[in-house]
Amino acid sequence: MRSRTIAAAAAFGLLALTGCGAADMTKQSSPYADAHGAKTVTLSVQSWVGAQANAAVAQYLLNHELGYRVDTVQIDEVPAWDALSQGRVDAILEDWGHPEQEQRYVADKKTIAPGGELGVTGHIGWFVPKYFADTNPDVTDWKNLDKYADRLRTAESGGKGQLLDGSPSYVTNDKALVKNLGLDYQVVFSGSEAAQITQIKQFAKEKKPFLTYWYKPQWLFEQVPMTEVKLPAYEEGCDADPEKVACAYPHTPLRKFLNARFADAGGPAAEFLKNFHWTTGDQNEVALMIADQKLSPEQAAERWAKKNESTWRAWLPK
Amino acid sequence: MSISTATTGSGSTAGTEAGAPPLRTRPRDALARHRTALVAGAALLALLLGTLLLGGGTWPARLAVDLSGPLGHASDWIIDNRDSHPLFLYFFGHISNAVVLSVRAVYLVLLAAGWAGVTTAAGLVAWRVAGIRPALTAVAAFAVCGLLGMWVPTMQTLALMAVAVTASVLLGALLGLAAGLSDRVHRALRPVLDTMQVLPAFAYLLPVVLVFGIGVPAAVLATVVYAAPPMARLTALGLRGADAGVMEAAASLGATGRQRLLTARLPLARKELLLGVNQSIMMALSMAVIASVIGAGGLGDRVYQALASVDVGAALAAGVPVVLLAVVLDRVTAAAGERIGAGPSRRTGRGWAVAAAGTVAVAVVGRYTGRLSWPDAWTVDIAASVNRVVDWMTAHLYSGVPVVGGTADWAARFTTWILDPVRDGLQWLPWWTVLLLVAVLAQLIGTWRTALTAVLAMAAIGVLGKWEPALDTLSQVLAAVAVTLLAGVATGVAAARSPRLERLLRPVLDVFQTMPQFVYLIPVVALFGVGRAPAVAAAVVYALPAVVRITTQGMRAVDPVVMESSRSLGATGWQQLRQVQLPLARPALLLAVNQGVVLVLAVVIIGGLVGGGALGYDVVFGLAQGDLATGLVAGAAIVCLGLMLDRVTQPAGKETRDA
Repeated sequence: MRSRTIAAAAAFGLLALTGCGAADMTKQSSPYADAHGAKTVTLSVQSWVGAQANAAVAQYLLNHELGYRVDTVQIDEVPAWDALSQGRVDAILEDWGHPEQEQRYVADKKTIAPGGELGVTGHIGWFVPKYFADTNPDVTDWKNLDKYADRLRTAESGGKGQLLDGSPSYVTNDKALVKNLGLDYQVVFSGSEAAQITQIKQFAKEKKPFLTYWYKPQWLFEQVPMTEVKLPAYEEGCDADPEKVACAYPHTPLRKFLNARFADAGGPAAEFLKNFHWTTGDQNEVALMIADQKLSPEQAAERWAKKNESTWRAWLPK
Repeated sequence: MSISTATTGSGSTAGTEAGAPPLRTRPRDALARHRTALVAGAALLALLLGTLLLGGGTWPARLAVDLSGPLGHASDWIIDNRDSHPLFLYFFGHISNAVVLSVRAVYLVLLAAGWAGVTTAAGLVAWRVAGIRPALTAVAAFAVCGLLGMWVPTMQTLALMAVAVTASVLLGALLGLAAGLSDRVHRALRPVLDTMQVLPAFAYLLPVVLVFGIGVPAAVLATVVYAAPPMARLTALGLRGADAGVMEAAASLGATGRQRLLTARLPLARKELLLGVNQSIMMALSMAVIASVIGAGGLGDRVYQALASVDVGAALAAGVPVVLLAVVLDRVTAAAGERIGAGPSRRTGRGWAVAAAGTVAVAVVGRYTGRLSWPDAWTVDIAASVNRVVDWMTAHLYSGVPVVGGTADWAARFTTWILDPVRDGLQWLPWWTVLLLVAVLAQLIGTWRTALTAVLAMAAIGVLGKWEPALDTLSQVLAAVAVTLLAGVATGVAAARSPRLERLLRPVLDVFQTMPQFVYLIPVVALFGVGRAPAVAAAVVYALPAVVRITTQGMRAVDPVVMESSRSLGATGWQQLRQVQLPLARPALLLAVNQGVVLVLAVVIIGGLVGGGALGYDVVFGLAQGDLATGLVAGAAIVCLGLMLDRVTQPAGKETRDA
């Protein structure tokens, strides 16, 4: 009897404590935000280093020029859209094209606002190392790939040639491509970009041939020069049905997206992020400092900012 | 009560401590022989019937259910209604809000105390509850966190941990209390807790993310779900184990039920309660890093970001504080547990007052000297030198090593000669023979009940439509377990014979058991290439310490009198080992197998990040693409696989020991 009273009291207490009002968790920010009473911006950083470079420079400038505290969170692409719509992050600086999410969050729910182009154009493709393409020039046409299948065999690819694929979060049609082009290849998913890069570097050290899914801009090209394999040309709409794709990947202008509330009320930070616009060369420079010279993102951003003041001056709100 | 028991999950504590040699009586042997014959006969009959009626082939499509439609709808519904439906506004929203507020409160307190205040507080608390040595360890550990430049992430993780552990302990204690007092609840709860303890942490993440979104609330809740079961289990164990005589005495003195609980049962169960807290902390810490995949922030996020730029040194710099936190928390709670019952409590109010005053004084001094955040000048960058070592290692070991060949060659051979045949063999077997095999194995090692659960779990995988990838994952688990057992039992035997080796091994085992797996994923890829081999290697690294420890303990527990008498009969060291120690340590060895299997599975799944493929890749894919249908179904299949593996390897005696 008594325990029931206690339980009832506890339930009532809990209710009183949390208040009877609604709690919209899509409007709750990170507990680590605003820790020192500072204005805070949270940026989503995807796992690849190019995205880290964007975020590092934005973070450095927001912090040193505009006085913001910047938090970064590493999230995969699709969940990042979700987090952005909920306001868990304020901005994505580099999006490779997610039409389904764009329809849902930008057009229908209006919780995400477009933030303009980043200035970098992205391209996905199949690549072979330059040292391999130099000695075997015809490998750069997909029609000749089968000739080399046995040289690209690994323990993981069974009896076929290995097509090394990357992180599961990336856009890929490779399985369908291999099937629809009738290639004697097996797609081996490395599960993360880190694993893929490590494997490519090990191959390159030994000058072994390999075939990999890869994308531009990417700092690894500076270390391991690679040549693209020509796939059947891309035409508008040829990748509409994911099962029937038999053409190359498009060239995508990378875009920025902001949380809609942040875009309206984010003040100078939102303004700055909308203006943020740089070139492939700039991004690679910073990315290479992070990934190759092992500078911390902050140091790399600082070094870049010191050299390129005229570029970023234009981004600051007037 | 060290880390070994902490991170290994199910039943290891009760199991290893009760590792006394079993009584070997004739009737039991006879029964066992009889049972083996019975099982063999039944299996043969089933084999005949199956061949005639079912034929061969993989799991038939008509027995599988496609859940992608309904799960896709559920996912869409949640996303569309998350900001409007009452269920979210009035229930999940408040939970999420409470988590955010409490983590924030703890975080702000930690920041306000400053590095000096936090370090002092850690030292003083450790001194009060555990003594001077743990206190020194605690101070040193926090100083190292600062030195590595990880002060703020450490505080974020600490804040998250504090909230998650408190919630886990409260929830676990409540469940344990219910199970300890009521037989019916106990019976209902036990299979649930058993199941939860064998679940790989990775499988929890997706459903939580879907409801709560990426971020701290999801991370805290996933951690609570992971860390509460050991507390519940040990609370129930402590309450149910109360001395009947004491309870009788209390009842005869006229104590009411509540008085008996508060004055007799709970105090008697103090040791188990503290052990429960210890285990909850360890589980929560191991989850803190994995939860970085869903936005936990803090140290885990640093590890995860370092992983992305293939920076092992930076990953290690963030991984070391995790290890240190684990070691400190483990030592302090363990020492506190040992102090209980060792004479009258020394925890006087004055000591605590001194501790509190000291902390406040240091914090205030820190505040007024403007030294709240760890000074940048006091940090050491270990990343560069670690990376040099790792680069050297991978450059020289990868290939071209004379005679033995490089690690890449080993990996290729391991894949071609072991992983491929096992996988192809399993997938070639007609589906019902796999079920039969599971049943026979479980029956031989355990009871008919464990056999039934194992078969049902395996069948559920087929129904979910994950038969082939599950067998792929299973082949990796089997290969990794074989390697782990070979290496682990050999090391364990050696450690049991040489106390010096054991002392040397102890810190190494501690580190490997608590080091976040993300830290060694990259070196493993650099050594073994992308594929299933690195996944297996990472799993072996993770599971080895537990197997070594359990084996060592089991060998040690062999009655010294038996050892002495066998020696006096002229047995050589080898004979002693083979004919006395190993047979007598059989329960411990079986436990080692059981633990090894569960731990290996957890990491083989994470191996999806380095090319392990199969179920692990599906979970990673589901998380990365927000694809509930793929991720959740694969997660469920992993759960079933874990359940099956646990039940198949669960020795028959274990239930009585644990209950």
